[in-house]
Amino acid sequence: MGDVIFEARGASYTYGRVDDRPAVRDVDLDVSTGELVGVVGPNGSGKTTLLRLLLGALAPSLGQALAFGSPAAQWRRRELARLVGVVSQREEPAFPLRVKQAVLFGRYPHMGALGAPSKEDLAAVDRALDRCDVKSLSERWVATLSGGEWQRVRIARALAQNPRALVLDEGTASLDIRHEMEVFELVSELVHEGHLAGLLVTHHVNLAARFVDKIVVMDAGAAVAVGKPEQVLSPRVFEQVFGWPVARADWRGVPQFVPLRVGEREAGTPNQS
Amino acid sequence: MGRWFVLGTLATLAIAVGLIVGPAELSLARVWGALTGSENASAAAIVLDLRLPRALLAFLVGGSLAVTGAALQALVRNPLADPYLLGLSGGAGLGAVAAIVLEFGSSWSVPIAALAGALLAIVLVYRLAIVSGSVLDARILLLAGVVVGAFASSLMGAIIALSPAQQVRNAFLWILGGFDAASWQALTVFAVYAVIPLGVIYRYNRPLDLMALGEEPAQFLGADIERLKRILYVSASLLTAAAVSVSGVIGFVGLVVPHAIRLVWGHLHRSLLPAAFLLGGTLLVTADAIARTAFAPLTLPVGVVTALIGVPVFVVLVRKWAT
Repeated sequence: MGDVIFEARGASYTYGRVDDRPAVRDVDLDVSTGELVGVVGPNGSGKTTLLRLLLGALAPSLGQALAFGSPAAQWRRRELARLVGVVSQREEPAFPLRVKQAVLFGRYPHMGALGAPSKEDLAAVDRALDRCDVKSLSERWVATLSGGEWQRVRIARALAQNPRALVLDEGTASLDIRHEMEVFELVSELVHEGHLAGLLVTHHVNLAARFVDKIVVMDAGAAVAVGKPEQVLSPRVFEQVFGWPVARADWRGVPQFVPLRVGEREAGTPNQS
Repeated sequence: MGRWFVLGTLATLAIAVGLIVGPAELSLARVWGALTGSENASAAAIVLDLRLPRALLAFLVGGSLAVTGAALQALVRNPLADPYLLGLSGGAGLGAVAAIVLEFGSSWSVPIAALAGALLAIVLVYRLAIVSGSVLDARILLLAGVVVGAFASSLMGAIIALSPAQQVRNAFLWILGGFDAASWQALTVFAVYAVIPLGVIYRYNRPLDLMALGEEPAQFLGADIERLKRILYVSASLLTAAAVSVSGVIGFVGLVVPHAIRLVWGHLHRSLLPAAFLLGGTLLVTADAIARTAFAPLTLPVGVVTALIGVPVFVVLVRKWAT
């Protein structure tokens, strides 16, 4: 594996008062170049908070969250934006915006305060649009895009940042299967071929298991399993975290899980581990 | 290029109209003569000492209010924001009236008092709008702005009612907005106070673009949100305070102008801000010419003219925004 890009060491974070339940509790994790790491877990398990810690949007209450070896919250936003492209969970432009302009925003960390975008900026935008297969949408208003198209446009914008790490928060995304697969394929290619450090938050355990090199299962703020999907995912972990019984049904050696109907619970399921 | 040419031409025409219309009948040729120094002393005095500073001041104030409106719209992520509707103008007016009545108001110190009032107003509006936790509700923000503005206006009314009679009429006319007191001195004061915040707002044109996406995405694209908000709210307050100090409370320029520019230029602040400045200046010089001529020899407060244009536009925008 390559250089360590993101690193959490005993990282905890509590919203509100210190004696409230921490949203993230004592998490250890590292993300290296060329590695795609998936963070899964139910709603409210601390996935997005962990991401915010690693991106420096929040400073840990306890422990450390490092980006490129320095405390993430101490980075100047502009400097960090030249190294890390982020597709965050919620984003609704307040004003109409064309796809091309939205992707050009990815060049802002590299551009001076005044003046027009340089040839280099425009070329980077073009490459990113091309790479994410959204060039044909360049002149469209972003409000008219489908969920999957908008997601790919935002990935193109992150790519235009010319980053060394790519971070996606799909925690609440509801894309249909084709668009979900397209996004996962694209992110996986970008990370593995471009030697980026990839960090992906999702609620699709099965998809994550097939695409990521390392999976982090979050439960009530704690990382209860960290490692290769085939080594750490099991029906026991799944049931403990998501609170629903599942059967394991591997696909080409990768663990996949089928949620059981009520009547199926007692009948012994094969492949339990 | 064509769009800039049209805007530049409109701006030049508006200033020309501002120089030509007025109670003293002066032809275009005589106005030109006064500007180039070939006219008699009385015509030269009317053009150079009254109309020219008035037109230039109205232009700068209109441009500044439009730029302030555009910046505020990006900051609060709401196309309905305007220094008047967000309560900044009211707060600035209150500060200025207090300074005048308490008699520590020189033309240089009134803007400082107005700035204090504007900052107080925006802090109050912001506090009121943050309903749950730290989430800013855009609708409540506007409501809070209007309410704080109304409260500031009534305090101004009370102060004026209780102050000596000879000050009342002047102060009252001033509140409604107007350029009757325009002079080279007022123009200098305004220019000195406005040039830095205008430059600062333009300097942050790219982070303002990013703000349209929301605070967190903007942050991940390199904008230092907290710093940006502090700097820009202070700049917007200073511009509003300077405008209110020289010309009273003039509403809706900051709402109507950026909206019109957005339709043609789009929403990128690198061109939106200068275009809004030119159109805002054009609009206010024209509104002032209308205010002076519509019921001549009586003068309407220019704030009345801008409200007559602005309120219908506001109604249309609210309906569009709400759906």
